[in-house]
Amino acid sequence: MDSRSEIARAAAEAAAEAAARQSYGKLVAWLAARTRDVAAAEDALADAFAAALERWPRTGVPEKPEAWLLAVARRRRVDAVRRRLTSQAGREHLKLIAEEAEARMTDEDLPDERLRLMFACAHPAIEASVRSPLILQTVLGFDAATIASAFLVSPATMGQRLVRAKTRIRETGIPFRVPERAELGERLDAVLEAIYAAFAEGWSDPAGTETRRRNLATEGIWLGRLVASLLPEEPEALGLLSLMLFAEARRAARRDAAGDYVPLAEQDYTLWDRALVDEAEALLGHAATMGVIGRYQLEAAVQSAHAARRLTGRTDWVAIRELYDALLSIAGSPVVAINRAVAIAEAEGAVAGLAALYVLGDDKRLDDYQPYWAARAGLLARLGQVPHAIEAYDRAIGLERDPAVRRFLQGKRAVLRN
Amino acid sequence: MRYMILIYADEAAMANAPAEATYQMSAAYGAYTEALKKSGAWLAGDRLRPSQVTTSVRVAGGKTNVLDGPYADTKEQLAGFYMIEAADADAAIAWAARCPAASAGTVELRPIWELTEYLSEK
Repeated sequence: MDSRSEIARAAAEAAAEAAARQSYGKLVAWLAARTRDVAAAEDALADAFAAALERWPRTGVPEKPEAWLLAVARRRRVDAVRRRLTSQAGREHLKLIAEEAEARMTDEDLPDERLRLMFACAHPAIEASVRSPLILQTVLGFDAATIASAFLVSPATMGQRLVRAKTRIRETGIPFRVPERAELGERLDAVLEAIYAAFAEGWSDPAGTETRRRNLATEGIWLGRLVASLLPEEPEALGLLSLMLFAEARRAARRDAAGDYVPLAEQDYTLWDRALVDEAEALLGHAATMGVIGRYQLEAAVQSAHAARRLTGRTDWVAIRELYDALLSIAGSPVVAINRAVAIAEAEGAVAGLAALYVLGDDKRLDDYQPYWAARAGLLARLGQVPHAIEAYDRAIGLERDPAVRRFLQGKRAVLRN
Repeated sequence: MRYMILIYADEAAMANAPAEATYQMSAAYGAYTEALKKSGAWLAGDRLRPSQVTTSVRVAGGKTNVLDGPYADTKEQLAGFYMIEAADADAAIAWAARCPAASAGTVELRPIWELTEYLSEK
């Protein structure tokens, strides 16, 4: 094969993969909503993807990739049922045939069942710790290993939990539906958490060079918009969307022309996407009228305070500190405590900030949490405690996976040396 | 889908309950059963005599062993059951929550493993 046809093949494969990925959650949701069998839907879809990746590079990506994948997946699923068919199980088969006929008659556009799938995954009959991972896997196609690392458990354990949860959805008869308002609370939390986790995973690729990650940020916002549009009276759903839009608005300012990391406080705010900031502000304002505060609204409010710099030219660190105080009281986590300490340092000085940081003590989770070491290093450096600062920068550098941030931290550390 | 609602209750506490409380509980179960039947969800249901009158039967080596007991060590014992028809887990959970035992003891909800599914999964 000459190099030109190899390049063409690689391009087709990339296009096929992107199309396949984009449709993954939608197709799983559509297939599983009818049978409650998430695992079978995923298996059928995996076959369809394999067929697409094998075929599309030769034939070109079809005009309607989703419909193509769906047709293949449905066929695989019917085959699987046929193989399992016993005379007693004929009823199931007839049901599927009826569905096939019905599906062929309807419009080719897939109804989006992702929200219903997400709420099935967030059902109280599913073990709480596996709800968000399950959403990430079924709706966004994360593999168990990726999810495991984000949730700090071993891939094998995560894999088992996910399999068990899918079996449970089918056998317990967990419905695919958006719950009534009265039962929304806990379930909405899990859905919002999963959406935010997806967004955050995509957000951690600020340069947007990794297609898969960038898609996750986009997907996160898309899902956030979906939830907010379906539940427009849920302030936390609006809060989460607002939070993600504030972050997304700053994408272009997160790196300078040389590709180097620019911390939020030093970003050129003229590069922020004004339309997105305005939309985020409007969402947050609307959420506030409902009089129920929550974690996402508070985090969005912090972002709003940072965004206000584009109007006032300065950052109101006292206000930000107060927001983190509130966050700490309703959703205390080491992450919030670190951000609060940074705000305290800006508002009251490095000594106070460091004191707030030391309150975290020897929380084991901080041992490999980069932002903690970076914050600590910055404050120690400001207080002239050079050896300690260098030590903390080393920890932070060793924990960072983004090369641009790593260079930034190395730069800070190098300045201390002189 | 068919579901079994298994009722676990503290037998000792029930035995020692004053007559008035026992009467109220019975009335609550009566109303619950009636509601299940009216809605069409009811398939079967009954109350079990206390675990004191349990007999365990086991056949080993061609010999049938009949044992008195066992007496459960746990505080709550299986005291009764309902079998219901429900569209999905949420509908079944709603019925389980209405069962008087849910606020006095523990209600366990188990989907029936239908024979056809059992065979096709095996």
